[in-house]
Amino acid sequence: MPRLVSHPDEVKIISRRFGQGATDIDKYIELDGYEAVQKAIEKGLDWIINEMKVSGLRGRGGAGFPTGLKWSFVPKQADRPKYVLVNGDESEPATCKDHVIFLHDPHAVIEGTMIAGLAIGSKLGFIYLRGEYRYLLKIMEKAVADAYAKGFLGKNIFGSGIDFDIVTQTGAGAYEVGEESALMESLEGKRGVPRIKPPFPAVVGLYGGPTVINNAETIASVPHILLMGGEAYAKVGSERNGGTRLFGISGHVNNPGVYELPMGYNLKKAIYEVGGGVRGGHTLKAVVPGGSSTPVLLPKEIDIGLDFDQVGKAGSMLGSGGIVVIDDQTCMVEFALRTIQFYQHESCGWCIPCREGTDWLKKTIGRVHAGGGIDKDLDNIRYLAENMLGRTFCPLGDAAAMPTIGFIKKFRHEFEDHLNGKPCPYAKHEELALV
Amino acid sequence: MSTSATTIFSPATAARFDRLVTLYPVKRSALVPMLLYAQDEVGYISDAVVAEIAQRIGITELDVRNVLSYYSMLRTKPAGKYNVQVCTNISCMLRDGYGILDHCKKRLGIGHKEVTSDGLFSLEEVECIGACCWAPAVQINYDFYDELTPEKMDQILDDYKAGRAKETV
Repeated sequence: MPRLVSHPDEVKIISRRFGQGATDIDKYIELDGYEAVQKAIEKGLDWIINEMKVSGLRGRGGAGFPTGLKWSFVPKQADRPKYVLVNGDESEPATCKDHVIFLHDPHAVIEGTMIAGLAIGSKLGFIYLRGEYRYLLKIMEKAVADAYAKGFLGKNIFGSGIDFDIVTQTGAGAYEVGEESALMESLEGKRGVPRIKPPFPAVVGLYGGPTVINNAETIASVPHILLMGGEAYAKVGSERNGGTRLFGISGHVNNPGVYELPMGYNLKKAIYEVGGGVRGGHTLKAVVPGGSSTPVLLPKEIDIGLDFDQVGKAGSMLGSGGIVVIDDQTCMVEFALRTIQFYQHESCGWCIPCREGTDWLKKTIGRVHAGGGIDKDLDNIRYLAENMLGRTFCPLGDAAAMPTIGFIKKFRHEFEDHLNGKPCPYAKHEELALV
Repeated sequence: MSTSATTIFSPATAARFDRLVTLYPVKRSALVPMLLYAQDEVGYISDAVVAEIAQRIGITELDVRNVLSYYSMLRTKPAGKYNVQVCTNISCMLRDGYGILDHCKKRLGIGHKEVTSDGLFSLEEVECIGACCWAPAVQINYDFYDELTPEKMDQILDDYKAGRAKETV
């Protein structure tokens, strides 16, 4: 069972019901549950979308697209049914925030889904969890059944005359399915390969109908925003980055965990104060700020605010909010290799630059790490990665290329230290085995 | 296809599948969950599973196989009764996930995607399982174990071997 952590700098909005027994529907109701959806029904869809825009909430899956704006793209009149699709396929390495939401506050996901449905005029929502999260799917399934038993879901929700249903869905192991168009393919019972865009899902999505796809954390934030008001939520965060976020701090820190911090919170403080600093008295070597696909930062680059714009300005991305702390006992070539191994394994193979690029990157970085590299390999790695950028249907190709470029740019000396048949000067264990 | 005497699944699973295909705008949306739930019961995706699911959804067996080959959790060969899945992705790697993997390999005497001769355990090195802040982490079937050490791992494997482990999922 994941350990709940706490730190005085946290601002508990999404996590305020964690550890309070809110998986129980009566407890959830006691803690203001299902009040936001009733408020939403009363005030109407224009009000909902306006509050969402004012809140400054940006997609918590990683892209950071403004949620209110995304919802407003769905046409009011449509020939086909509209859908809400909640992305709980959480698979980006270093990311386990949706895990704790499903575990502690499943009804917030349901309520957020209902509100998204009201906002776009949809009658059916899907909550998709990665296949590995079976125990969390069971928690979600029970929560949905309890909501139906109370009459909160189904026909005429809260006397509004509006019907809304929710179906939970399991994946079966695929990082790629976390990409929104691949997610729709998977939910339609197909291989999770991406679709070309445009058309965007807001216009042509699931089963050809207009679809809003949001990350589970985004959706779970929605009821809180409507309860406290978009303006109050926006104020908690930094400029153009409303509210709080669940940051996962993992790797070489003393107190790893999922912490809810205001957007714009200082990254250095997040590591040294919230995360308790680098473990074992070692010194910091590098930080991956937002999941494995985000370019690495050096210790001198981490005195920045954790929001989409500031991390972007520092040359990386806020991504999924999974902060990986790396100490001086780590071989960065090995770290780069493990990262590219993941993307090579998860590339769906649909787009050639990604399928071939990840494979060659894995082979080349693997040979450098094993001591068989040649001088030319280092430029080749960078050339290969740079030529994958923007050349694929979905962002997986970029997700593999961007961190690789970061590693070779900022830790080129460590790659060079492996050349000319030298054994890895940094490694503590045997060569990586995954093939 | 309604629940009939010809199904290869238990009555509970057959009834579940009858309902599953009615939940979505199209029947085929039930395919991925059905494959996973079938695997939970049968142990792997056998030819008979493919045939019955194809028939239930009204697609060809080739369609089913095409989808099945995409998802990493679906397998066409039996695993051990307890499938030990060790995460070695970055957050786990930094907290000795490879040490846990090596320990499991030695302890069970098997490698990646192999099964012990008694059929009790299989071992798999897996990609990120979403337990990064509680690393290193392992999943045995669907149960998570986190903040592991080789000693804790031994205790867990002992419990499974002795039939003391309670599967919670």
